[in-house]
Amino acid sequence: MKIRLENVVKTFETFRAVRDVSLEIESGELVALLGPSGSGKTTILRMVAGLEYADGGHIYFGDQDATDIPVRDRGVGFVFQHYALFPHMTVAENIAFGMKVSKVKREKAAIEARVVELLRLVRLEGLGGRFPAQISGGQRQRVALARALSVDPKVLLLDEPFGALDANVRHDLRRWLREIHRELGITTIFVTHDQEEALDLADRVVILKDGHIIQQGTAEEVCRNPQSTFVMKFLGDANVLAAEVRDGRAYASGAAIDVSGMADGKAELYARPADLDWSAQGPGIPASITRVLDRPDGRRVLATTETGELLEFDVEPERPVKAGEGGFVTLRRAKVFAV
Amino acid sequence: MGATRTGRKPPRVGDQPLFRRMLIGIVLVIVALLIVAPLVVISVEAFSKGWAVYRDTIIHPDTLHAIGLTVFAAIVAVPVNTAFGIAAAWSITKFDFWGRRFLLVVIEIPFSVSPIVAGVAYLFVYGLQGVFGPTLDEYGVKILFAIPGIILASMFVTAPFVARELIPLMQAQGRDLEEAATSLGASGWRTFFSVTLPNIKWALLYGVVLCNARVMGEFGAVSVVSGNIRGQTNTLPLHIELLYHDYQAAGAFAAASILALIAVFTIIAKVALERQGAGRVRRPALVANSAEKTQ
Repeated sequence: MKIRLENVVKTFETFRAVRDVSLEIESGELVALLGPSGSGKTTILRMVAGLEYADGGHIYFGDQDATDIPVRDRGVGFVFQHYALFPHMTVAENIAFGMKVSKVKREKAAIEARVVELLRLVRLEGLGGRFPAQISGGQRQRVALARALSVDPKVLLLDEPFGALDANVRHDLRRWLREIHRELGITTIFVTHDQEEALDLADRVVILKDGHIIQQGTAEEVCRNPQSTFVMKFLGDANVLAAEVRDGRAYASGAAIDVSGMADGKAELYARPADLDWSAQGPGIPASITRVLDRPDGRRVLATTETGELLEFDVEPERPVKAGEGGFVTLRRAKVFAV
Repeated sequence: MGATRTGRKPPRVGDQPLFRRMLIGIVLVIVALLIVAPLVVISVEAFSKGWAVYRDTIIHPDTLHAIGLTVFAAIVAVPVNTAFGIAAAWSITKFDFWGRRFLLVVIEIPFSVSPIVAGVAYLFVYGLQGVFGPTLDEYGVKILFAIPGIILASMFVTAPFVARELIPLMQAQGRDLEEAATSLGASGWRTFFSVTLPNIKWALLYGVVLCNARVMGEFGAVSVVSGNIRGQTNTLPLHIELLYHDYQAAGAFAAASILALIAVFTIIAKVALERQGAGRVRRPALVANSAEKTQ
């Protein structure tokens, strides 16, 4: 089902959580709402679900105006950050709950068959008789998903679905959610503050800040072409150098880069750690190494330029670098934003 | 680690043997004098003139009427206050509205105010010189010095019991479960009975037990509004006082022993419920849920 938000506004007491957000989500799309806390992403999700009412604007499900349809009748599957499994019901009872209370009457046998099917879908066969307190966090999250899917929702909404899980489980569940989405083709919106999760999982990433959509697009679009310093910084580690644009080139303490079409003036140059190279000889930005951090996939080097700017970049694990060494940083690529 | 340490361990704070014995001794003496001795006296005195006198006191029409009235007051007041408590706890914890915090404070007032103040206040509201008194009198409705007054006074005193047990628990549980149930298509009633109630049942029962004990034992507020008419508006606690003033000590103690018996059952129920996790903010299942959150 296609979801469309039109100039949606939400204010809590004096705090304007969502300001004039318009967004279209195609049928079958998997969209991430990404933003720091307080950016309004969860509020948007809850408004789509009907758990909050919009103060202004409209929300359409297909051609139907769903703005004032209560959550009970809206036909959404909602997965809560802390699962919200019913602690006094078994896993199977949790999954069956939606079918039992539904206005559409179902045969008992049909409900049981569907529970078995859903348990298989979320790979929890045989755990139907356990209570939520008796299974792990990752398993609880999968039960929550099965429960949300049990009522054949038009749209699946997930609020920070992996936020409470540890890194390894999170990684596996991400792949698995992608698979389920491919299998079911259900329109899915999920909220996260983890850029990696959003980029890994979503067809389209919608980046929010202070209740506004700042930028949206595929992972490739937002990564390769961030349109603001906020997006640049929020998506990952970034080095910032003061720069000046003259005649289509940006100059920053010993380095220069083509920025054809940009007006002359002061600017900021942003480069990812992987966009920088380190060499013992010039040319480049003269800098000295202050610290070396060893990581499983390489070495992260922290260095200071002569003008006191901090730089972070990666070198190959075999590269013998030590704190105190001097050398030159060269720019492979960078983004320049006017200030 | 090395070998297990033997010998004297250094005393922790306040752990010296002398101090420990003194403290325990003082507590035991106070408990004996203040709590155990009066209870022993009640049971001894109740039977001091023999089983026959005890039985006669209990089956005396006035005593039976007092027991009946007390039970009746409880039958009306406890369910009403239970419903009120659930409604209040639900509104305070699940909705946002203006004056929420204020309501939270107001609900607690009956705990902090002396019951006799409540009784006197009811006199001013429903008495013949009171606000509604003359109007009610015109229509022949009698509240003071009658059963409605007794029930109203009991309800005032016990209004907070259920709400106070439920509010911290429901606050800890949050709104997620209800939201989940509603998003799955459950109606409000269905959500309440299938999701909310099973998660608060022990705390609710705990509140009901405490509320019931207090209704049956309430003296101050009821004594002002009841008028102490023997065989008509006398509850059990008032009846005990009446018997005592009539120099029927054995009778008073016999009647008191019934209240003491109710208290014993209340304590047993209370301990049993606390074993189920009521009376504390968190239940085991919730702890398991929230342990995950902290990861």
